[in-house]
Amino acid sequence: MSDKSFSIIGNYKTKKTVEKVAAYIFTACALVTVLAVFSITLYMIISGTPAIFKVGLLEILFGRVWMPTAAEPSYGIFYVILTSLFGTSLAILIGVPIGLMTAVFLAETAPRPLAGIVRPAVELLAGIPSVIYGLIGILILNPIIYKLELAIFKDSSTHQFTGGSNLISAVLVLAIMILPTVINISEASIKAVPEHYKHASLALGATKIQTIFKVIIPAAKSGIVTAIVLGVGRAIGEAMAISLVAGNKANIPLPFNSVRFLTTAVVSEMSYSADIHKQVLFTIGLVLFAFIMIINLILNALMKGGKKDAGR
Amino acid sequence: MPVAKSIYDRKRRPLDFFIHAVIYFCSFLSILILAVIVGYVSIRGVSSVNWAFLTSVPSTIKGTFGIAGNIINTLYIIVITLIIAVPFGVGAAIYLNEYARPGRIVRLIEFTTETLAGIPSIIFGLFGYVFFGLTLKLGFSILTGSFTLAIMVLPLITRNTQEALRTVPSSYCSGALGIGATKWYMIRTILLPSAMPGIITGIILSIGRIVGESAALLFTAGSGYLLPKLGTYGEGLLEKILQPGGTLTIQMYLSMEKAKYDAAFGIAFVLLLIVLGINMLTKFLSHKFSVNKR
Repeated sequence: MSDKSFSIIGNYKTKKTVEKVAAYIFTACALVTVLAVFSITLYMIISGTPAIFKVGLLEILFGRVWMPTAAEPSYGIFYVILTSLFGTSLAILIGVPIGLMTAVFLAETAPRPLAGIVRPAVELLAGIPSVIYGLIGILILNPIIYKLELAIFKDSSTHQFTGGSNLISAVLVLAIMILPTVINISEASIKAVPEHYKHASLALGATKIQTIFKVIIPAAKSGIVTAIVLGVGRAIGEAMAISLVAGNKANIPLPFNSVRFLTTAVVSEMSYSADIHKQVLFTIGLVLFAFIMIINLILNALMKGGKKDAGR
Repeated sequence: MPVAKSIYDRKRRPLDFFIHAVIYFCSFLSILILAVIVGYVSIRGVSSVNWAFLTSVPSTIKGTFGIAGNIINTLYIIVITLIIAVPFGVGAAIYLNEYARPGRIVRLIEFTTETLAGIPSIIFGLFGYVFFGLTLKLGFSILTGSFTLAIMVLPLITRNTQEALRTVPSSYCSGALGIGATKWYMIRTILLPSAMPGIITGIILSIGRIVGESAALLFTAGSGYLLPKLGTYGEGLLEKILQPGGTLTIQMYLSMEKAKYDAAFGIAFVLLLIVLGINMLTKFLSHKFSVNKR
């Protein structure tokens, strides 16, 4: 660039061109995201549908037998879908109350020094790579759950022992992994509740706990729901942390069954699959993608609703 | 003996006490989980980490196991991913904050940014495998992995940059525009330098995400663990980009799969140190440049 363009009294024409080009470049940058989402959607559909035509939609979605490498292969992922849904719901049931309580603690009841320990701990939990959660799950959680399993199924002759790699272990790992998301978003929404709500409630004679659970949490409802939905998204999409913890057989999702999630099915079989088997794995990816898109649409609607609330 | 109730008689609510206890218990759970993870990984991992572990590659002939190749791969992927993602991410943020007028396009961009942030890494992995790996014929390579991760960290960079741009006082910008600077000149000389700490925080957060990523890399960058072969003029450094290369997390996952837990813990320990370092760095940056502090 010549010295002229740095001057205020520069050449008007060059400046105008530079300005225009800059505006176009920034617009193009912004459209990259749109392009990315569009092409991800397109390619997930392109690579996920061939198997549907070859095997049949109902056979895949509602088939109960997953034997992709047998002589007469069967590609039913009903139990896999069920596991993902059931496992995610359980993880939410465990993780959300704990996360919400922690958020209440951080936003309302914590003495300063304690909040100063809990908050960094939560931040660090969010940053720990999922494979490390998996490693901890295998070596700490699985043995504990195995002992529990041995105690419960001592007299059972039909139970297939999993060595602790089962739905419960995976659910616990997922519940831990969604904690930071739930805590951060809920805390922010609790903090966003106007102070005078709290003061009014306290002035009326409500105790602190009553105020928190009867005034503040209902007022922060939309943010907490957002936190839960984000937690669902994280839990349903997590792959590496649970792929070695969950056992990896496409069983009915019962707590002590070795199970397979949508994500872990893809991770564990992609490397050796071929032909139709591989295409079915992409169909599993497509199913997962569909769930994620539904969650995103819900989130989008929630955010819009939240904005309206704030505008009141 | 019925006594008139006074507002000074505090009703004891045992339930309150119980709920307080539950709240404290739940909060300490996070600390406990973190302590268990960090403690266990450190105890079991620290013994496998030594100089040879950090500077050699796995070799059955020499009987060594090391992660030097994986460290190099991780660095490659971080650098290439950022080279691709940062300009687009920052550019998008500048567009959204400075150029865009509220309307359908902005809503579309914001919706897609949200969506992109919500897509799990395994989907990015599948997409990267099909699009960059198969359609663009890049195969299993560091470049495929970097392209995939670049899309993944794009929303992170965009959002952090947007936040940073918002914190720049509007008087700076109006001042610059008022004395006759053009918009691009104002952005280049006033806005971006003032927002730089926030942008850098976003970049560091992205590095954290890249270092910890595994599912998106398994089918894209593959699992090579060799060091780049230096040619006479160092051309091997560039060739490496088109070769498969597993990052630390991938190597750790593969070790776990083979039940080689000592190696896995060694890598986990190194990863934890990196995560800790990144966490402290972002804290330091946001503390140092926080607007409230100035």
